[in-house]
Amino acid sequence: MERCADPASLEGLAWLACYLTTGKHLALYWSFGTVLLLLAITAPTALLFGFGGATAARSRIPPLAWLGKGYIAVVRGVPDIAFFLFFVIALDQGFEYVRHLWLCPDWEQPIRQGNDFLVCQQAKLPLGNAPQWVHEVYGFLVAALTFAIVFGAFAANVLYGAMRAVPHAQVETAEAYGMSPRQTFWRITVPQMWVYALPGLGNLWMVLVKATPLLFLLGVEDIVYWARELGGTKTPQFTDYPHGDWRMWYFLGLLVFYLGLTRVSEIGIARLMGRLTKGQATAGGERQRKAGA
Amino acid sequence: MTCLETLQAYAFRSIGIGERLLPREDFTLCQQFTLIGSGMIWNVYFGAIALMTGFFLATAVAMGKASPNRLVRKPAEWFIFVFRGSPLFIQFFFAYFAFLSLKSVSPVFDPFSAAWLGALIVLFLNTAAYSGEIFYGAYLSIPKGDLEAADAYGFSGWAKFRKITWPTMLRLAWPAYTNEAIFLFHATTLVYFSGFPAWQQRGDALYYASYFADKTFNPFVPYPILAFYFILLTLGIISLFGLANRRLNRHLPAARRSQMRMRLNLVR
Repeated sequence: MERCADPASLEGLAWLACYLTTGKHLALYWSFGTVLLLLAITAPTALLFGFGGATAARSRIPPLAWLGKGYIAVVRGVPDIAFFLFFVIALDQGFEYVRHLWLCPDWEQPIRQGNDFLVCQQAKLPLGNAPQWVHEVYGFLVAALTFAIVFGAFAANVLYGAMRAVPHAQVETAEAYGMSPRQTFWRITVPQMWVYALPGLGNLWMVLVKATPLLFLLGVEDIVYWARELGGTKTPQFTDYPHGDWRMWYFLGLLVFYLGLTRVSEIGIARLMGRLTKGQATAGGERQRKAGA
Repeated sequence: MTCLETLQAYAFRSIGIGERLLPREDFTLCQQFTLIGSGMIWNVYFGAIALMTGFFLATAVAMGKASPNRLVRKPAEWFIFVFRGSPLFIQFFFAYFAFLSLKSVSPVFDPFSAAWLGALIVLFLNTAAYSGEIFYGAYLSIPKGDLEAADAYGFSGWAKFRKITWPTMLRLAWPAYTNEAIFLFHATTLVYFSGFPAWQQRGDALYYASYFADKTFNPFVPYPILAFYFILLTLGIISLFGLANRRLNRHLPAARRSQMRMRLNLVR
């Protein structure tokens, strides 16, 4: 901007307006978009993982049921931050290893040499000569996949409970009509389970929102990264806008952002619940009916 | 170094007793087990103290939220909203930088920017808010008959609260409160990954686990060890809270006792 050309001469609000529109601050504002993008990608993927996990846990084939139940139990028993740190390395190494087997079949050295993890050049992800943005996008996608795996286990638990909450008489009736287990599952259980799953899934959404700052730990340049970066003490040698340690105020801003986000989600979930309970034969539905009459 | 020597050198490394230098190469399984276990001291310290102190504030907050007086109710509602509505991770960062700024005002605040006190305060307030909400919910579901019976017997004021309201509230809240305790212990792993620095590399279990994962570039050993310790800790919490649950329910016929359900999940 024209009037921001000489920041040293500016005062008060004008200075602040110029300060808050520097290039780095725009990067901070974009990173709020990163958080929302993460939520937009992770929520459906985690739901898919959860559905898969819950279905596996219900399976009549024992190894599949063990896999499903093990997935749910292990992820929930351990601090999720440990999983975030674990999966980011593990997934990265896993992808590279598979590509390594595929692309370099005649490689002879072992993959793990002491403290190093070595794959051939072509198997590196992303490739060594890839531009910077590819690295950033890849890092973000690995982080999103990690979130989906961890929250998928929570969702699997909720959906598993919801599937069992569908009144048993419904399933028995379906069987009496001669439906196969597969038909019963897809036509009776799945359409009815959502009402029972919604409170749990809503809860999970709130938790997911509050877990997004952990992106920082996964090496993504997110809002926490920028808040630390921009808030730190700046001396006149390095910037046109010198200031003291303002990190406290930046994090206060983030705190307010998250409070707003959770408040909006709360209202949204309450509305959705109201719509879903409409006409249901539950206490909530009954109360709605009486209030309307 | 034999395993016993490693144990002697590193078992209390996280609180500054024993060998000062961390191993730098040729990490043995024994070293990883010992150091990660040593870090668990901090997790237990943060979790246990925050839980014990937070319990009393939580009771106060729950009573405040249930109060008919606006001046008491509103602050309690806001307290719960602020701490439950924002990520703990951001709360840690904010508190750390706030304490840092206060430090320049007066040297009284020096210890607050260290994890052992600063992070403990955040965890204390956080668990008070989450448990306060649980207690408030339990308070609302105390059977009306119990309170009427208390009135009929001539209980009032403090005696009624102490003998009737509070024990019933705790009894109803206990299964959910057990979950809260488990989450709180899980949440203690965030301390050294937020603003609070680990002084002289004395960190918690996750701090050492990620140290090993970084050095060996092999996450498949230290994180499962960490998971093992946490599953052990979780089982310990469940059995301890189960004892308390038995005591809270001891006057009820067996069929009506509230069952403890294992429901682990969720971050904050």
